[in-house]
Amino acid sequence: MMRLLYLLPVLLFAGIAAFFAVGLQGDPAKLPSALINRPLPPFALAGLDAATPGFGSATFVGEPKLLNVFASWCAACPQEHPMLTRIAAEGVAVYGLDWKDTPENATRWLAKLGNPYRSIASDPTARTGIDLGVTGVPETFVIDRHGRVRYKQIGPITPQDWDQTLRPMLAKLKAEA
Amino acid sequence: MRWLIALIAIMLAAPTLAVLPDEMLRDPRLEARARVISQQLRCVVCQNQTIDDSDAPLARDLRLLVRERLTRGDSDHQAIEYLVARYGNYVLLKPPFERATLLLWLGPAAFVLIGGIGVVAYFGRRRVTPDDNGALSAEEAARVDALLREG
Amino acid sequence: MTAEIGHFALILALVLALLQSSVPMIGAARGDAALMAFGRAAAILQALFVIAAFAALAFAFVRCDFSIAAVASNTHTSQPLIYRLAGTWGNHEGSMLLWVLILAVFGGAIALFGDNLRVSLQARVLGVQGMIGAAFLAFLLFTSNPFARLDPAPVNGAELNPLLQDPGLVIHPPLLYLGYVGFSVAFAFAVAALIEGRVDAAWARWVRPWVLAAWICLTCGIALGSFWAYYTLGWGGWWFWDPVENASLMPWLMGTALLHSALVVERRGALVSWTLLLGILTFSLSLIGTFLVRSGILTSVHAFAVDPKRGVFILAIIVGATGLSLALFAWRAPAMKSGALFSSVSREAGLTLNNLFLMAATAVVFLGTFYPVIIDSLHGDKISVGAPYYNLTFTPIVAVLLTLVAFGPMLTWKRDSLRGVGARLRIPLLCAVVALGVAMLVFGVDKSLAALGMALAAWLMTGAVAVLARRWRGTDFARAVRTTPLATYGLVLAHAGLGVTVAGVSAMTAWQTSKILVMAPGQTVALDSATVRLETVRQVTGPNYLATQAAFDIRRGDTSRHLTSERRFYPVSRSQTTQAGIDAGLWGNVYLAIGEADKGGAGIVVRMYHHPLVGWIWAGALLMALGGCASLSDRRFRVGAARAAAAPAGRLALA
Repeated sequence: MMRLLYLLPVLLFAGIAAFFAVGLQGDPAKLPSALINRPLPPFALAGLDAATPGFGSATFVGEPKLLNVFASWCAACPQEHPMLTRIAAEGVAVYGLDWKDTPENATRWLAKLGNPYRSIASDPTARTGIDLGVTGVPETFVIDRHGRVRYKQIGPITPQDWDQTLRPMLAKLKAEA
Repeated sequence: MRWLIALIAIMLAAPTLAVLPDEMLRDPRLEARARVISQQLRCVVCQNQTIDDSDAPLARDLRLLVRERLTRGDSDHQAIEYLVARYGNYVLLKPPFERATLLLWLGPAAFVLIGGIGVVAYFGRRRVTPDDNGALSAEEAARVDALLREG
Repeated sequence: MTAEIGHFALILALVLALLQSSVPMIGAARGDAALMAFGRAAAILQALFVIAAFAALAFAFVRCDFSIAAVASNTHTSQPLIYRLAGTWGNHEGSMLLWVLILAVFGGAIALFGDNLRVSLQARVLGVQGMIGAAFLAFLLFTSNPFARLDPAPVNGAELNPLLQDPGLVIHPPLLYLGYVGFSVAFAFAVAALIEGRVDAAWARWVRPWVLAAWICLTCGIALGSFWAYYTLGWGGWWFWDPVENASLMPWLMGTALLHSALVVERRGALVSWTLLLGILTFSLSLIGTFLVRSGILTSVHAFAVDPKRGVFILAIIVGATGLSLALFAWRAPAMKSGALFSSVSREAGLTLNNLFLMAATAVVFLGTFYPVIIDSLHGDKISVGAPYYNLTFTPIVAVLLTLVAFGPMLTWKRDSLRGVGARLRIPLLCAVVALGVAMLVFGVDKSLAALGMALAAWLMTGAVAVLARRWRGTDFARAVRTTPLATYGLVLAHAGLGVTVAGVSAMTAWQTSKILVMAPGQTVALDSATVRLETVRQVTGPNYLATQAAFDIRRGDTSRHLTSERRFYPVSRSQTTQAGIDAGLWGNVYLAIGEADKGGAGIVVRMYHHPLVGWIWAGALLMALGGCASLSDRRFRVGAARAAAAPAGRLALA
């Protein structure tokens, strides 16, 4: 019995080491979304100028869509832009949320880099961003045909992210009831 | 004495910084509540700071949001829940008490208890039975004195 | 050229460390004196080579040799000399090299000054030190080469993070590492003792000074870190329960437990297995701390740039060092000779309880620090564990511990009575009650927790003085002072220092006041009994920064002081820092920090705080360190004394 007690430290340590090993795989900075499997919070925002309308949560029904949060001042967004253009070209509906930005700057930025979005909404106060749990840009939400958030991509979408995660996910959601 | 007088004053019990004057609410009681709540909420884009401490823009947004909810009549709990609904339990510096955190909250008491049991068990094997209720005889007392004197 | 020399020196050091790990171990097993002597030579040589490598890196930093990657990322020609030098350990590779340097030097010291150790024990200790050194040298050479080159070399470097350009950087990391690595000696001794199969008073006497020295350095390092954060981060916080801070607190708590249980081993030969376990675990916590900072497993203000490959390597080192030694413990410790008996009211019992609560406190900090990792692994959820958790769990455990502290020195070894020790502590109890009453009267009943803290502080301080009073009572005062052992003074200083820190912590937690407002030059504001007047706001230029500087006049009572606070902008790294203006006083500080200029042009944002007794937090830590130094210099516990004192087990000894 006493001998077993002496084994306790090494056994406890083995357990702790196992947790450390698993913990190394994750990224502590990436905050998972609190909205997963919940409906998009209701919102309705104006567009970048008086002529073009924005969109709201009601837009996200009927088919799986992407909601991409971006800003003209965001350093990583230009990296992701070609990817978004490619995704839009494949027929996916991508919507842009211009976060903590002025419509003029966003318009200028899109004119320079191209506009892959079906529609753009302006969120200068970031109030909708908070409702969505946005912590920075770029972030992309995958929303299913019923308006529920199914996945949140933090950081720019790389080709690997698209090939290995997002494209299969969108295909699966499309096949869903 | 002066320091004593100096410290008798209205206490705010609100340590820390980063709140800007233009964010502060007019009603001192609401503002005090906002400060206390802010100190319990984590700045999600910082390294381990409360939204009350942090200079980050998102921290400022969240500070203003807390004040807005309080002004709208939310209780402390409701204001905090509003943020948890959007950012998850990560935003709480005091982890919630639920099944996943049972070990976390009950652990400390368990450590003391288990350790205490271990110590008692160890004492059981180490016990010196007191024979004469521990008192020293006159001769032993004299020897003790001599030993103490020599240091 | 220096980089190549340094790199080569590291490679040679690794070879020597590998030899040091194996040859003396074989020598000890076989009783071969020549092999064991080789171990000593290897340790000394290894130390010399690592010193050479470190000198090479430091030289490169000071000379701004930007062809070395570490130098290019952490220094700039406009940086002051002292920060170019300190930049050597302000980054991952350099600080790891500092760690290895201290490890090697300690190993060399054991080889040089360990003549009165049993030769086989010394050889095994050096072997274990060699293994650890080899592991970390391999880590350096294969994943974190400090001498990695940049080709082509940039014209100038990226400057050191401005927050680190501070005297704190010069002293804080070296002190901390002296502490962390110092515990490696206890670890090596514990493992060597387990291999040998015996522990005696000589072993305990040899280990204690090393543990004490490491503990003193760690105490100073942690206190300095807290003080540095206080005046640098701009909001008067002094402890944040940040994972890396916790990583330094845990070995400190366990090191304190080790100190006290080693005492029992030395005096009474009891708690032997437990002390061996503590020796292993304390250094393991140091290793886990290193893992925390460099693996990216948790976010922290202190974390170095993250590379998962490094994390895996360090985890492998930990699994090897801790796992193998704990397995050795499970195998060998049950056979260790058990020690003397003692009653449940005795100094041994008191020290056992001390260990219980220190271990519980350490376990709580460990649980809180790593729970997010556990939850993330199990559920993928992210939670935070912050100050509110520790206040509810850590504080009560420490409060009980601190109450027990005054009892310890008042108890006799082997057998004592509760009534007896209670009688000796009557006056401290009285002082505690009085302090409680005064604090509640002055600050109100709703701050009763802080009042309890003050009572605890009074209890500790008077309890420490009572130890001396009891010793000196009724004898010739001058003679008593002279003949009191230094170790007793050490105990008194350390426990009193604990009380001073508790007073500071209680006051800061509950009795702070603050004001945040926009001030214009010429404006006066009252803060408690102080009046603060903003005199001027102007732009100044420093060696590598531009700043907005605000000058204040503080009036406290009839004294007036001049303070400045700056908001600095460093153009090279494009970052901002706030320098606070602090008027430090015996009973508290006035702390001023400026913010941005008000957008309406009405003035500048000023945050002013009154921090009662904050200096006591670090003064208490200093007292604890001084107490440790006093104990360390007590000749009675020098290793030479081990020969003379073949102490009969039943001998009574006080203090």
